Amino acid sequence: MNSPRSRGGWLITATVLLALVLTIVPLPSGLGAFRPEWIGLVLIYWSLALPNRVGVGVAWLTGIVQDVLQSTLLGAHALSLALTVFIIIQLHQRIRNLPIWQQALNVFAILLIARVSLLWIRGLGGSAEFDWQFWMPALVSAALWPIIFMLLRGLRRYYRVN
Amino acid sequence: MRFVLLVVASLALMMTDYRQGLLDPIRQTVSALAHPIRLVAELPSQFIETADQQLASRRQLMAENERLRNRQQVFQARLQRLDALEVENIRLRSLLDSSYDLEQPVLIAELVQVDLDPFSHVIEIDKGLGAGVEVGQAVIDASGVIGQVDHVAPFSSTIRLISDPGHATPVQVNRNGLRSVALGAGRTDVLNINSLPNNADIQIGDLVVTSGLGGRFPTGYPVGEVSAIKTNPGDSFSTIQIAPSGALGRIQEVLLIRHEPAPTPQAEAGDDE
Repeated sequence: MNSPRSRGGWLITATVLLALVLTIVPLPSGLGAFRPEWIGLVLIYWSLALPNRVGVGVAWLTGIVQDVLQSTLLGAHALSLALTVFIIIQLHQRIRNLPIWQQALNVFAILLIARVSLLWIRGLGGSAEFDWQFWMPALVSAALWPIIFMLLRGLRRYYRVN
Repeated sequence: MRFVLLVVASLALMMTDYRQGLLDPIRQTVSALAHPIRLVAELPSQFIETADQQLASRRQLMAENERLRNRQQVFQARLQRLDALEVENIRLRSLLDSSYDLEQPVLIAELVQVDLDPFSHVIEIDKGLGAGVEVGQAVIDASGVIGQVDHVAPFSSTIRLISDPGHATPVQVNRNGLRSVALGAGRTDVLNINSLPNNADIQIGDLVVTSGLGGRFPTGYPVGEVSAIKTNPGDSFSTIQIAPSGALGRIQEVLLIRHEPAPTPQAEAGDDE
């Protein structure tokens, strides 16, 4: 993975760490249900842009850290993030060429799949609550996708991450 | 191919983790490594808190000081009476040959201001292995039971609240000692008792305290007050709602009780997951 030509790994690490921070940063009560899926968004961007560098392995490890930080069943977020990145890598040639709002729709669908997988895991554990807020994070994330995409692409080009 | 392997690995991890305790070393290591993330995430709320304290006027502080001093005096006075009652209680219990553990040592911990999994009711506190926190310790606040320690990491630990849908608290009605189990409902303002028959002697306003069965929670800490009793003539059990005494929704500081369970066969019986 780390060929001598690849550079800018620190930027990828930094954005993933920032996403982890944003995931647990306290929000005013009531807004918590609308928290975008920062980690999912960042990993989707990097796996879309550099599928040879950010793959399911990175996603899985990030998920393990998230599981520990959020005190969920170890492996739950790991599985759902690995699934997200797996789908992105399978489809990256296609999604890359879509206009940005269609990309956002794809992001919405993929994040929703990831959330359903989380719900399913919770259901096996015996505590699945399903309400109208369930799909809000995916929706908010999709709405944020154009901004995240522009921002991370700007950073990637500026620091020539490849 | 790698994806399939990772899926299998996740499933294996989840199944192992579901049986609690086996993966604690991994969890603790990752948690210690990821601790800086937590510290950074806590910065905004700490900043707000500091600003709040800095900006509080001298007059406000003096007023608060006065108020707290008065309260302290009231409690001190009440405590004097309690001391006498406690001694009397011990004497009576020794006549009855039953043990009663008093004065459990407590550890004060502060809430780490991070948001955890929105689907389960867990909070993070700033004391961990280093301070001697153990899995299963009962956690209370100034007004009632909060929950129990779920995972312990080197610098922090997580607490599962009694309102978590997967948590059950062994309780009894303070008035008559009627025992039951209070289940979390996923809401911070209500717990449910589903296992009392329709003709059970329980009324709205009854204080519900921990029963001490199961060995996790020491006896006699307030859990909540009965707020509603829903009886459906078709069912043999009524649904009893309890309003928790502990401020589950706005926890600031908590007390961890070091509880040495009495060596009874019941001590192992309580599994609240």
